[in-house]
Amino acid sequence: MGWIGETMDSIKSLQIRQVLTQAISLGMIVTSALIIWKALMCITGSESPVVVVLSGSMEPGFKRGDILFLHMSKDPIRAGEIVVFNVDGREIPIVHRVIKVHERQDTGEVDVLTKGDNNYGDDRLLYAHGQLWLQRHHIMGRAVGFLPYVGWVTIIMTEKPIIKYILIGALGLLVITSKD
Amino acid sequence: MHSFGYRANALLTFAVTILALMCAMASFSDNFNHPSPSSSVQVLNVNWFQKQPNGNDEVSLTLNISADLQSLFTWNTKQVFVFLAAEYETPKNSLNQISLWDGIIASKEHAKFWTHTSNKYRFIDQGSNLRGKEFNLTLHWHVMPKTGKMFADKLVMSGYRLPKEYR
Repeated sequence: MGWIGETMDSIKSLQIRQVLTQAISLGMIVTSALIIWKALMCITGSESPVVVVLSGSMEPGFKRGDILFLHMSKDPIRAGEIVVFNVDGREIPIVHRVIKVHERQDTGEVDVLTKGDNNYGDDRLLYAHGQLWLQRHHIMGRAVGFLPYVGWVTIIMTEKPIIKYILIGALGLLVITSKD
Repeated sequence: MHSFGYRANALLTFAVTILALMCAMASFSDNFNHPSPSSSVQVLNVNWFQKQPNGNDEVSLTLNISADLQSLFTWNTKQVFVFLAAEYETPKNSLNQISLWDGIIASKEHAKFWTHTSNKYRFIDQGSNLRGKEFNLTLHWHVMPKTGKMFADKLVMSGYRLPKEYR
């Protein structure tokens, strides 16, 4: 109870200049996070330079909750690469391995078939209806490195959004009530 | 300046930074490993070789794959994913790579192996170009670390040829 009284007092005693300073610091933190994210997008050439592994289809290599670092270059897609791709109509990207490649002589365009290491069959069941191959424009990046367990934070926040709201609320309260 | 909150925050930041640094160093140590893998593949039998109703050639092979990939393992290696791909060229396609078999090697002890198997994935061409076709069998491996950068490489074995007629 005393803590709540203290919080109310500190909120009442804020001056305009202090509030503005804190709002600007908060804005700076958010903006620099955005700058770092966009810079990563430029450096790695991929729309989402970091993804979280959501399913167990690449076990035991990648488990649910691992994060993958992606890189996209103009190099041709070759068998064995672990690629992240979007299927038309599905919003969640899929991270699987390329098992078949057919590259055209003239245009250099490529037909690619993928499969999760832990799945029995290839990914044709996941592709759009009637689609047998992936093309280059479906592929968002190649996985080049990974960190275990770090992605669990994202998974928890997505699957139990209440935790996201609690975290943001607590952060906001901390920013408002702290003196610097 | 000395409240619990500040101390916990400083400690947490320091811990995360040290952890990230250790992961980076672990990954960097993988660069000092100079692997020398070896492998050989024999095509024991062409089980059948047909043209499918949709016009694509398909062949089924029995293979004997043996390899020694023990030098790829470091202390930072979680597993090695190995697969054998048939690679060939056709008039329409400058490169075709078809994975015939793959496996996961979980530890250094299992990295020296041989297997006698028919192709796990169907060897289907885009078109009807496989009769008498010369192809390479390339063993690819993908070293997946406990943390950090993944390494991939391959060993090309050439000189394989498919039969001139369907059977």
